[in-house]
Amino acid sequence: MPLVGFFIGDVVLLVLGGAALAWGRQRRGSDAVYGATLVLSLVAFVAALAHLLGASGTAETLVLPLGLPWSGAHFRIDALSAFFLAVVDFGAAAASLYAIGYGRHEHEPLRVLPFFPVFLAGMNLVLIADDAFTFLLAWEFMSLASWALVMAHHREAGNLRAGLVYVTMASAGTFALLLAFGLLAGTDGDFTFAAIRAHGPTPVVAAVVLGLVLFGTGSKAGLVPLHVWLPLAHPAAPSHVSALMSGVMTKVAIYGFMRVTFDLLGTPSWWWGIPVLITGATTAVIGVLFALVQSDLKRVLAYSTIENIGVIFVALGLALAFLGNGFTAAAALAMTAALFHVLNHSLFKNLLFFGAGAVLTATGSRDLGRMGGLLNRMPATGLFVLIGCAAISALPPLNGFVSEWLVFQAILLSPALWSWALKLLIPAVGAMLALAAALAGACFVRAYGIAFLGRPRGPEASDAREVDRWSLTAMGVLAVLCLLTGIFPGVVIDALAPIVQAAIGAAMPSQSAIAWLSIAPIAESRSSYNGLLVFFFIVSSALLAAYAIHRFASAAIRRAPAWDCGFPEADPITQYSAESFSQPVRRVFGNFAFRARERVEMPPPGDLRPARFEVTLVDLAWEMLYAPLIGVVGRVADVLNRVQFLTIRQYLSLVFAALVFLLLVLASWG
Amino acid sequence: MGLIGDLSIQITQMLVVLLLSPLLTGFVRVVKARLLRRRGPPLLQPYRDLIKLARKEAIVADGASWLFRAAPYLIFAATWVAAALVPTFATGLLFSWSADLIVITALLGSARFFLALAGMDVGTSFGGLGSSREMMFATLAEPALIMIVFTLALIAGSTQLSTVAGFMLSPEVGLRVSLGMALIGLVIVAIAENARIPVDNPATHLELTMVHEAMVLEYSGRHLAMIELSSQLKLLLYVSLIACVFVPWGLAPVDAGFSAHLVGVAAYVGKLAAAGILLALFETTVAKMRVFRVPDFLGVALMLGLLATLLRFVSRGL
Repeated sequence: MPLVGFFIGDVVLLVLGGAALAWGRQRRGSDAVYGATLVLSLVAFVAALAHLLGASGTAETLVLPLGLPWSGAHFRIDALSAFFLAVVDFGAAAASLYAIGYGRHEHEPLRVLPFFPVFLAGMNLVLIADDAFTFLLAWEFMSLASWALVMAHHREAGNLRAGLVYVTMASAGTFALLLAFGLLAGTDGDFTFAAIRAHGPTPVVAAVVLGLVLFGTGSKAGLVPLHVWLPLAHPAAPSHVSALMSGVMTKVAIYGFMRVTFDLLGTPSWWWGIPVLITGATTAVIGVLFALVQSDLKRVLAYSTIENIGVIFVALGLALAFLGNGFTAAAALAMTAALFHVLNHSLFKNLLFFGAGAVLTATGSRDLGRMGGLLNRMPATGLFVLIGCAAISALPPLNGFVSEWLVFQAILLSPALWSWALKLLIPAVGAMLALAAALAGACFVRAYGIAFLGRPRGPEASDAREVDRWSLTAMGVLAVLCLLTGIFPGVVIDALAPIVQAAIGAAMPSQSAIAWLSIAPIAESRSSYNGLLVFFFIVSSALLAAYAIHRFASAAIRRAPAWDCGFPEADPITQYSAESFSQPVRRVFGNFAFRARERVEMPPPGDLRPARFEVTLVDLAWEMLYAPLIGVVGRVADVLNRVQFLTIRQYLSLVFAALVFLLLVLASWG
Repeated sequence: MGLIGDLSIQITQMLVVLLLSPLLTGFVRVVKARLLRRRGPPLLQPYRDLIKLARKEAIVADGASWLFRAAPYLIFAATWVAAALVPTFATGLLFSWSADLIVITALLGSARFFLALAGMDVGTSFGGLGSSREMMFATLAEPALIMIVFTLALIAGSTQLSTVAGFMLSPEVGLRVSLGMALIGLVIVAIAENARIPVDNPATHLELTMVHEAMVLEYSGRHLAMIELSSQLKLLLYVSLIACVFVPWGLAPVDAGFSAHLVGVAAYVGKLAAAGILLALFETTVAKMRVFRVPDFLGVALMLGLLATLLRFVSRGL
C-alpha cells in the first residue's frame, strides 16, 4: 500500500512538476527538470530495490477511484514489477544525470523538457498497473510521450518519417494488446488482472492471446519483422532519450510480455516456446547483421538493441518451453538468464547511447565516416565506451558474458525435453545465438575502431573536445556497474530469485553459498563460472607481463611515422572506413539477410569522371511485408477518396442504404 | 594431494604452456622446412626472436592511442589464462571450475577483440584490412567452436574441461559419430584461428592475402614479442584442447602420484610432436585459399558442429 502510493505520487509529481518547471523557469529550466527527475528516479529506484530485496514475494495493491467509473484504477507491485521498476528508474536516473550536462546543448529545450518526465511517468505507470484499462492507458501514455520526444528535432531530415512510422507501429501494437486483454477478460468484462488470473482462458483463447501479445509487445520491443520503426525512431530522439527508449522502454515491453505469458495466461502449453524461440533467434541474427552495415553510430546501437531483444526473447522462449514441459528448474535458469540480460542490456545500452551522445556533442555528427581518433581527444568517454563495447560483445569478465553464458547453459539442458519439434529447434537456435554473439563482436570492433581509433577523418573529429563532467559521471557509473555485475554475478542471480520463484514456482539454487563467489546454475561438477577470478587472473597476468618486460627487457619507446609496409599514406581517407570494414561480412551474409548489391561504375580510360561505388541494402521485412501493405492502404484510400466528392442527394441515399442494411441485419439476427 | 599439490600442478601448467609454446612453433617450422628440403631455422629460434624483440625499443606510430600500447599485454593475459585452463598433462587443474569451455572460447574472443582494435588504432589501410577479415573469419569460427563445445558438453554432461577430459578417459565414451564430426570441426577451427595455411599464411609478408600479419604490422619491439608469444600460446592451446579431448591417453587423473604426472608430461610432449608433424604435413600439402573461400571452409565446421549437436539432441548413442 505505501509503496504503490509512493509510486503513484512519483508519477503525478513527474507529470505536473516536469511541465511546471519546464515552463516556469525558462532560463535554467533544463537543469531544474533533469535535477528533479534525477532525485525522483533515484528515490523510486531505491524504493523498488528495497521492495525487491526486502519484502520478497509479497505484493502491494491499491485501488483508486479513477479511470473506468465501475471498476476504478488498480495498482499492484509484486517482485516482477519491482525488478522492472528498479531497472527503469535506475536507467532514468542515469539518463537524467547525463542530461544535466547533455541537455544544455539542446537548441529547443521546450520540445524535450516537458515530455521527458511524462515519458518516465508513463513507463512507471505501466509497471504498476493491475488492470487492463490502466495498463493500456499507461502504455499509450508512454508511447505518445516518447513519440513527442522522437519528434523533438522534427526539422531534421528523416525525423518526420521516423515519427510517422513509430506512431503507426505503436498504435498497431496497442491495438493488438487491446484485443488480447479483451479476450482475456472474456464476456464478464472484468478487466482487473486478479479477475483474469482467476478464470483461466481456454487453450484456443490462450493461443490467440499469445500471438496477439507477441505482436503487441514485440512491436514495442522491436522483434523482427515488427522492428522497422525502431532504427528510425530511437536515433532521431535526443541521445539521453534514445538511451531510455533503447535501454529501458524496450524492457517495459518485455515486462508486458512476461506479465501476460507467465502470470495472466496460467500454465503454458508445451508448444508456446516455439514461436517465441523462432522470432527471438531470427531477431537476434537479423538485428546484428543490420547493425554491422550501418554508418550512423546511433543507428548501429538501435539495431544492436534489436539483437539484444532477440536474445532476451530466446531466453524467455526457453523458459516457456521448459515450463510447458514440466522442467521447472531449467525454466528458472532460462528466466534468470532473460532477466539478467534485461538488466545488462539496460546498463550497457544506456552507456553506449550516452557515449554516442557525447560523440555527437563533441563532433556534431553521427556519421562514422567523419570520425576517427576520438580516443586521443576524448580519453574518458573513449574508455567508458570501450567498456560498454566489450560488455555488449559478451567478453568475460564483463556482464554481457554472464547472461549469454546462462542462456547457453539453459540450452545445454534442453535435450531432456520430450518434444521433437523443440529437440530439432533448440540446437539451431543455439547456433543462431552463437552466430549473433560473434557478429556483435565484429559490429562493436567496427563501431569503436572507426569512431575512436585511427586518424581523424574530418575537422570535426580532430577538433573534438571531451564532454562535461555530468555526462562523464553518468557514463562512468554505468561502466563500473557493467564490470561489477560481471564479476559478482551471484549477487544478481540471488536478487532475481524471488521474481523467478513467483513466476515459475522454482528458482536457481542460491549462489551466495558457493565458495569464492562462483556461479553454478545446476551443479558445480556440471558447469561453473567465476567472473571475479577470471578478472583477477587477466589483470594480474597482464600486469605481471608488463612489469617483467619493462623491468628485465626494455622500457624504451620511440614515436615515429606509421610503417604501413613502407608506403604510409598521409591522407586519413586511405584508412579503412566503416563501409570497407563491413564489406567481407556483407559479402558473406549479405545475400540472404539484406539482398546486398554492389555496383561499381568505372569510367573508360580518358574520361575524367570519378569512379563510383554503390551498395544497396534492402530490409526484406519492409520490402515483403510493409511495402505491399502500404500499397493496399493507398489503393483503398484512393477508392474511398471518391466518396468525399458526392452530391447531397447521393450522401442522403448512402445514409438511407446504410440504415436499411443495419435494420436488415438486426432483423435477420433476431 | 591436497591444496598444495593442486596449486603446484596449476602453476606448473601455467609455466609449461608458456615455455613450451615457442618450442612448438619452432618445431613446426623445422618440420615444414625439412619437408620442403630446406634446412630451416634452429629449433630454438622462436625463443631467440622473442628475447631479441623484447630487448629492442618499441616504435609506436604517431597518433597511436594508449590502447595500442596496452593491447599486447591484454591479449597475452587473456590467451595465457585460457591456455592455463586447458589440461595438458593432468586433469585436476585447481582453477578449472572458475572458467569452463565456453569461458575459454570467450577469452580467446576477448584477445581477438583487442587485437582487431589494435589493428585499427594506427589508422593504416593494412591494419583495417587485417581486422576486418579477422572479424569476418571469427563470425563463423566462434559459433562453430561453440557448437563443438555444445557437443562435447552434451556427451560428457559438463562444460568443465577437466571433467570432460576425465570423462573422455573413462571407458564409457566409445566411438561416436558426433565425436568424429566435432573432431573435424575443431581441427578446421584451429587451423583458421591460428592463421595457418590454407586460411592464412604465417610466413607471409607484404601480401594482400595476409590477415593476422596485417593486423600486427605496426607493432615492434616488446609489443610485437607479446603478440608473437600470444599467437604461439594460442596454437599450443588448440593442440592441447584437441589432445585432451580426443586423445586423452596419458593424462594424469585427479589425485594421481608423481610418476603418473611424469608419464603425463611425456605423453603430452609426444602429442605435441605428433600434432606439429601433422600440422606441418598438412600445411605443405594444401594451397592457400582465396579470402572469400574461407567462409565456405569455416561453414563446414559450423555445419558439422550443428549436426553433431543435433545428433546429441535426438539420440543418446550417436
